[in-house]
Amino acid sequence: MAQDYTPVPASKDNMGKPVARYEALQKVTGAKIYAEDLPVPGRPAYAWMVTSGIAKGRITAIDDTEARAIPGVQLIVTHENVGQLGKLETFANGGLAITEVGPLAGPEVHHDGQPVALIVADTFEAAREASYKLAISYAEESPTATFGDAGATEKALGDINPEYEPIRFNDAEAALANSAHTIDAEYRTPIQHHNPIELFSTTAYWEGGRLVLHEPSQYVWGLKHSAADLMQVDADNVRVKSPFVGGAFGSKGAVTHRTALAALAAKRLGRPVKLVAMRDQGFTHSGHRQETRQSVRLGCDANGRLTGYDHRSWEFTARTTPYYNGGLDKCAAMYAFDAVRTDEYVVQGDRNVPTFMRSPAEVPTIYALEAAMNELAAEAGIDPVEFRKINDTRVNPVNGAPYTSRSLNQCLDAVADSFGWTGRDPRPGSMREGDWLIGWGCSMAMYPTQMGPSTARLIVRRNGSALIEVAAHDVGTGCYTIAAQAAGERLGIDPQRIEVRMGDSRLPPGPISGGSISTASVTSAVANACDRIVEELGLSSDASTDERAAAMAGMSEPEIEVLGRWTPPGMGEDALQAMYDGGVRITGGNMDERTMFAFGAEMVEVRVNERTREIRVPRIHGAFAAGHIMNPRTAHSQYLGGLIWGIGSALHEATEIDHKRARYTNDNIAEYLIPVNADIGEVNIVMVPERDDEINVLGVKGIGELANVGTPAAITDAIWHATGTRIRDLPVRLEKLL
Amino acid sequence: MRPFYYERAETAVGAVASSGPGTHYLAGGTTMVDLMKLDVQRPTRLVDISGLEGGRYDFIRWDGDALRIGALTTMAKLADDEQVRRRAPVLSDALWLAASPQIRNMARISGNVLQRTRCPYFRDTSYAQCNKRVPGSGCAALDGGVTRHHAVLGTSDQCIATYPGDFAQALIALDAVVEILSPDGPRSVRFADMHVLPGGKPDRETMLKEGDLIVAFSIEDAAFPRSKYLKVRDRESYAYALASAATALRMEGDTVADVRLGLGGVATVPWRAKEAEASLRGGPLDESALERAAQIAFAGATTTEENAFKVDLGKRTMVRALLETARMEG
Ligand SMILES: Cc1cc2nc3c(=O)[nH]c(=O)nc-3n(C[C@H](O)[C@H](O)[C@H](O)COP(=O)(O)OP(=O)(O)OC[C@H]3O[C@@H](n4cnc5c(N)ncnc54)[C@H](O)[C@@H]3O)c2cc1C
Ligand code: SF4
Repeated sequence: MAQDYTPVPASKDNMGKPVARYEALQKVTGAKIYAEDLPVPGRPAYAWMVTSGIAKGRITAIDDTEARAIPGVQLIVTHENVGQLGKLETFANGGLAITEVGPLAGPEVHHDGQPVALIVADTFEAAREASYKLAISYAEESPTATFGDAGATEKALGDINPEYEPIRFNDAEAALANSAHTIDAEYRTPIQHHNPIELFSTTAYWEGGRLVLHEPSQYVWGLKHSAADLMQVDADNVRVKSPFVGGAFGSKGAVTHRTALAALAAKRLGRPVKLVAMRDQGFTHSGHRQETRQSVRLGCDANGRLTGYDHRSWEFTARTTPYYNGGLDKCAAMYAFDAVRTDEYVVQGDRNVPTFMRSPAEVPTIYALEAAMNELAAEAGIDPVEFRKINDTRVNPVNGAPYTSRSLNQCLDAVADSFGWTGRDPRPGSMREGDWLIGWGCSMAMYPTQMGPSTARLIVRRNGSALIEVAAHDVGTGCYTIAAQAAGERLGIDPQRIEVRMGDSRLPPGPISGGSISTASVTSAVANACDRIVEELGLSSDASTDERAAAMAGMSEPEIEVLGRWTPPGMGEDALQAMYDGGVRITGGNMDERTMFAFGAEMVEVRVNERTREIRVPRIHGAFAAGHIMNPRTAHSQYLGGLIWGIGSALHEATEIDHKRARYTNDNIAEYLIPVNADIGEVNIVMVPERDDEINVLGVKGIGELANVGTPAAITDAIWHATGTRIRDLPVRLEKLL
Repeated sequence: MRPFYYERAETAVGAVASSGPGTHYLAGGTTMVDLMKLDVQRPTRLVDISGLEGGRYDFIRWDGDALRIGALTTMAKLADDEQVRRRAPVLSDALWLAASPQIRNMARISGNVLQRTRCPYFRDTSYAQCNKRVPGSGCAALDGGVTRHHAVLGTSDQCIATYPGDFAQALIALDAVVEILSPDGPRSVRFADMHVLPGGKPDRETMLKEGDLIVAFSIEDAAFPRSKYLKVRDRESYAYALASAATALRMEGDTVADVRLGLGGVATVPWRAKEAEASLRGGPLDESALERAAQIAFAGATTTEENAFKVDLGKRTMVRALLETARMEG
């Protein structure tokens, strides 16, 4: 069973050294490294964000007389006195705003938990107390909560994005009709919230005309530009500091209302203002993974070769801002389908706007595809591992673009070997121990290999030390560590002697920490900087690391500084410029010429109590291949977290919504369940070596969002194997098995 | 939070004497402070009783088969007590399976039995309707709300909130008595009588009156080595019960000589399934007898669409707990 600790994973072929995290000591000793920990000049004031307790309606009156009378209250901002803020675009339109609706934009309430006032006081307690006295009257209307509720409106993606095209690859209908076996099933995935331990906080202060923000962010350059636009100042006059991020998972990429509110209050009061969205407010402040419905028809011939695949998906989104993830084009690239048809829709209601959450498109859509794959394998009487191998492909069947590398079969073999899959009796209910029914299930994991432009400043010193500066982000993934490794390996410097600075918009720009692009993009820019250093030192590009180190020791200047720059193949220089302007440019995955994905395979054992039906996962194994692994230790940690996340996503995580009031009811981490230690047994990770020289400088594929994709399909298949019951509605709670 | 006065009581008598409208006792604070932060409880004065008389109310004492436990004993201490684990495991289990180590280290057993419901509409003051929080305001849960965690036994048309605690099921099963120091002097009540059904007044949860201080729990006959607490929940730890059962058994050969059954996660108050016990007493503990007892225990259940499964789950939990208890030694 589970070990007390995980041994440091060994390096295999095409893997870097398993060095410990750059900030390991700081993290285990509780050092002040997060945005909210940073010192501010002078005594801060504390803000309390008042949020709507209704999901739809308008504010009819605000009476702040009593609230203002609370000693220490300095400022109350509402839609009546917010003044004119700049307008930001949302993602769909090239901006970073989470919603079309600006902060305190008017009396209309569009969703539960919408900020309706900001109270700022000398103490947090006074602000809080004043919030009880602020009388806001509403004219309430009946809201639409989710799928199936009155007032929900459906649109095809093509209606909101003219560039969107559904897939019509050969005749899926005919292919399905001619199949020996078919599956026709609907899968449902729930609302989920990121709930990073570090709350959504913003501290703002002005130094003359310059704004400083301490805000945990997945994109400090983007936030800098957005804040400048909101406050109508020059971007050069905004600085964002976010040295380390205490968990994000996508929730700290968009720009939320709190940034402008804190900046505005700080400006009006002429002192620093600290604003923290409380845990419950976080549920409506910074987005979520939206609930989906996935309807899948899948067929194969008598030998198990896939024929037709028809996948339709519906995502539930906000009335004001139809954010969506899409993603069925990636499902269509996964296996050797003869014919594919996809259609995607959004359904809108009176809800806050969803946002990216770890593998946003992949989690729901690949769950549906992989669950259908398992069901079809059972239908055809073929082992699900074998079934995937039969249908392996070297190209994206839809456009014929070859995979740059694809090691799914190797991963399937590796995980089967580690888990002990062979000898599995395929019949449901065939294994038990005492009162517990046992089942095994498997799935594929995948994630597109994506990248964005990046820069990196590198300073090497005669004394053998170096400094890397890039406004990239460490959201817990180990970005500082691998940046130091990338330079250390190229220049022959001990990574321990390389200082790294990130998470500050004064540094040269780095990409948004999203889409698992950081490692590939940042290390490529660092590699470029190293090449420039080599050039400056007058060495040839094939000089050995010893020669490089010797040349540095013999430098005439005490230090040399270069700026590395990198743009992914196929992207123009304008992409780099866009980043300087705070924009987001990401490429990869399904492309016209090439198909770039990382793959994995997962196997789980579940136990279901025969009588009371609790579902437990005593062991889970995953094998992953993702190009060059910079650091097997930080990679292991990402895979571990991903698998555990996947267990939670299958069995625990779901935000409950009140259908009548369109409000989240379990908006706290006592009742929004994620796995606790006791839920996690044996977790075994196999890193399968893979080399891919086509994708980027170091041949790196992103892994942060790989391991949690597919896991729910493995778990639901294992539950079926244990009990004979197919559950197609996540999370699987015990009542579904009674 | 709203401003309030805080004071530390030195003696039990002093604590009771300082009582009055708006004054509440503070033990470990894990319910009270939580609900103050949520603005659900608004005491004007907190009297901290956690250190009364140098730990005078922090004790675990056996006298033959009788057990007396000080009201200010921490959950952790009682859960870990070696003799209790051996002689009345149900008491220890119910605490072990509750909350988290941090909370168990802070919380006192008197505070534990008085914890409030987790009904989301009770815990969030931005909901206008909640009869328990604002008498007469209606019930958001019954009016189209989320009810998966709500009760199926002991409900009324005014409130269906679940009593969330675990330990209370063990106390009620073992016929515990609550020793109270009130402004009029000491008195005792059966634990089973302390909580009151919601009926038409869900805001009133116990028969305790202003100033009543719980000083101890006593169990006259606590020797139930064959006893356990089974808690069925959505994750393995740190979650409230969907259904739970506190069971204690005495067998004479294959015949049930004595059986005790407390049910949690399914009722509005700590719940003793007396009729189900009676149906088992004097007979064998086989599947059909258990099935019949389960039917009896849940005969009066009222459900919503979302919590209907609790009837089936509650029955299964009870049956499984009794079977597992029967397998214990004793
Ligand atoms: C996240 C979380 C999870 C939890 N999970 C569980 C769980 O799974 N199972 C479970 O059973 N519990 C659970 N709990 C509840 C926890 O057990 C209780 O909060 C705790 O036992 C209360 O004890 P306390 O001493 O902190 O009480 P306090 O908060 O100090 O007091 C609670 C109430 O009791 C009154 N009071 C306390 N002592 C006396 C006395 N001697 N006489 C008269 N009145 C008194 C107080 O005035 C107050 O009204 C959980 C709590 C949290 C926060
Ligand atoms: S069930 Fe009870 S506690 Fe919950 S909303 Fe209704 S009255 Fe309030």
